[in-house]
Amino acid sequence: MTEGQIDEGLRSELQRQGIWVTSMQELYNWGRKNSIWPLQFGLACCAIEMIATAASRYDIARFGGEIFRPSPRQADLMIVAGTITKKMAPQIVRLYNQMPDPKYVISMGACAISGGPFKQGYNVLKGIDRYIPVDVYIPGCPPRPEALLHAFMELQRKIDDQKLTGANKAQHLEPGQPSEFPVPAFGEHDLEPPANPDVFQAPKLERV
Amino acid sequence: METLEQIKTRAELAARGAKIDIVVNPGPSQQSSLLVDSAHAVAVAQFLRDHAALKFDYCSNVTGVDWLDRVVKKTAKVKQVVDGVEKEVDQTTEEKISGYLEAVYHLYSMQHKHGPLTIRMRTANRADGARLPSLTPVWRSAELQEREIFDLYGIHFEGHPDLRRILMWDEFVDHPMRKDYREPDDYEWEPTPHDDVLERAKQHYTPRPALDGAEAITEKTTPSPQSSP
Amino acid sequence: MSSRFDGELLEVSMGPQHPSTHGVFRMNVALEGEIVRKLKPVFGYLHRNHEKIGENASYLGSMPYTDRLDYFCSMTNNWAYALSVEKLAGIEVPERAEYLRVILAELTRLQNHASLLGFLLSDMGAWGTPLMYAFREREKILDLFESLSGSRMMCDYMRFGGCRVEADADWLGRAKKIVDLFPKFLDEFEQLILQNEIVIARTQNVGKLSADLAINAGISGPMLRASGVNYDIRKVDGYGFYPRFKFRIPLGDHGDTYDRLMMRALEMRESVEILKQALAQIQPGPIVNPKVKIRAFRPPIGEAYGRIEGPKGELGFYLISDGGPNPYRYRVRPPSFINLTVLEDLCLGHTVADVMVILGSVDIVMGEVDR
Repeated sequence: MTEGQIDEGLRSELQRQGIWVTSMQELYNWGRKNSIWPLQFGLACCAIEMIATAASRYDIARFGGEIFRPSPRQADLMIVAGTITKKMAPQIVRLYNQMPDPKYVISMGACAISGGPFKQGYNVLKGIDRYIPVDVYIPGCPPRPEALLHAFMELQRKIDDQKLTGANKAQHLEPGQPSEFPVPAFGEHDLEPPANPDVFQAPKLERV
Repeated sequence: METLEQIKTRAELAARGAKIDIVVNPGPSQQSSLLVDSAHAVAVAQFLRDHAALKFDYCSNVTGVDWLDRVVKKTAKVKQVVDGVEKEVDQTTEEKISGYLEAVYHLYSMQHKHGPLTIRMRTANRADGARLPSLTPVWRSAELQEREIFDLYGIHFEGHPDLRRILMWDEFVDHPMRKDYREPDDYEWEPTPHDDVLERAKQHYTPRPALDGAEAITEKTTPSPQSSP
Repeated sequence: MSSRFDGELLEVSMGPQHPSTHGVFRMNVALEGEIVRKLKPVFGYLHRNHEKIGENASYLGSMPYTDRLDYFCSMTNNWAYALSVEKLAGIEVPERAEYLRVILAELTRLQNHASLLGFLLSDMGAWGTPLMYAFREREKILDLFESLSGSRMMCDYMRFGGCRVEADADWLGRAKKIVDLFPKFLDEFEQLILQNEIVIARTQNVGKLSADLAINAGISGPMLRASGVNYDIRKVDGYGFYPRFKFRIPLGDHGDTYDRLMMRALEMRESVEILKQALAQIQPGPIVNPKVKIRAFRPPIGEAYGRIEGPKGELGFYLISDGGPNPYRYRVRPPSFINLTVLEDLCLGHTVADVMVILGSVDIVMGEVDR
């Protein structure tokens, strides 16, 4: 029997007798992963696929994400759907800062991952992970609603794996980890700073 | 719709002193345009909007165009005396045109259901002479579009009610749609950089390891048959 | 901003993150109590420099980018661009391709207008139920698009001189079935939405736009026709094969928000008429002009401005060619952007709640406004 885990055979035996055994971690994670409230925040074309996921055909309500909150103070998940421009980037970081812990970010679509088809842009930010940490990336242009549901389930799996105690415990329970990130300012030619070095390091090309 | 020559003569009569040229469009679309000088543009625009036969009351599109300094080669047949015989010879002349910025307006008439009429205005140069009169008092649809041209090209429209940046943030200083705009070095890792992306990526390479004599050993060794990958 | 407004007025910034701004759009309003005294829109939050990319990409390479302009209506965006390049290079389009273009454009108009009514009612507080109805129909049409072009939204279907993929008899049969069932959905939708007393109370006499201001401000599309101006580019320019179809142009009497809503509902009915005629008249034939080069496509030197009646208004493309493979200047004439010229005039004197209703009736898409 591993630390914190109950033997599955014992658990099902007890359940047949009407006794339900769990651990604090499982209960906490089960509650959180099945009621993720996304922030109602669509930027561009991917937002329409996000709305289609919330519509009746690809129902996201069955996963618990029915209520899209308009206010960041009440949301757990920010689905960054669409191209992020440099003009919009400070507002996105501000919105992320306003969300309470524990919070997650799904980067939906090629534009939010790395700038997408609009990468050669004087106003396009090459990926939201330059300023805020991202949990799940969904490629596609736009990704199908099924892909967003798959990402949602991946996020649920990730939440399920988060531990409450120990060295690998979840980020929001560590007292030293930042939950707010500095907001970039508008410079004369570009945003200042162009990326947050704590969050994003561009890999260096190896010279051969 | 009347032909461009007729419109040009009428406009020159109505707005006295206006200098209007016809810019011929060589392509198959048959949309040639009128080049109007800046001093009389507002008067010509009002005439085009109000005259009973024309009634161009709908300004559909306002565009900015950037023309850099360019050299245009023209080949013309010229009579020249060659070896005592008069012949027609091809003579190529090069004409240097200095750069300017341009504003192009497409006009339609909702009343008469004809159009499009294209009119153009050119600035004196691409630097401090980039000023044009605003046609917003004549057609309100030019309001947001002229602001966009100011933001992206840098043409200052005199007489515009609210000229400020519209698509870029206010602290931005460049005019991005100009042909000589250079983007800031917003480094993005590319697995296989190529062309000018490779040139810019070279700034982000790790420094070349110092030569310490090892390369001499590699060159002298003859490759054995087993050592090829 | 604050130095240009009165000290007595309350300045509120609505957006860019707001549930009802239809994308990242920001309005700085100055309020006296609940009444709007000044309104200044702020654009640029989705400026993706589409025109600069157009200058660096080839003519055909810009076609997928036109899908992403007005992301609801990718087929009509493609058609407008293909039309402009065909004007620039003098290319002709075969008959079957023109019929297919009309069919797809009218299907796009149907799903765009239905989605707009759904979104507008969500803004008014119906909390998503009409949107579910609209998206149910939209999903059916998107299934058609997907089986034809491979993608639900970003279809990239038109080519210079025709269309990319052949539509077989099975696809046309499915399209006909959807078109035949559409009037029943429209009856249900109109009864729920347009005869609803809350909608009538919130939209009648709100945001009146006079015909003279509309023409002078360059308004186009259903917003212009709601003010009583009879100008539909399908009838005026007669592009495609629209002169072969019999359809009416609805016109509004008052120019208020309710008329703009009614425009969309009535235009959906006319689109169904056009679709029925087109599906009956289409004949087998080639779908692309074989003389058009795909590689090394270099139109002759010149310029052209081509426009269509998109679902949101007049969508035009202005292209200047210098004989090379890339355009020298590539300009999109965005209907949503220019329709917003009069937003301040429409909203002055109304309450904050009316601002959202008026903005919804203008029908903007930020991909087009900011490009």
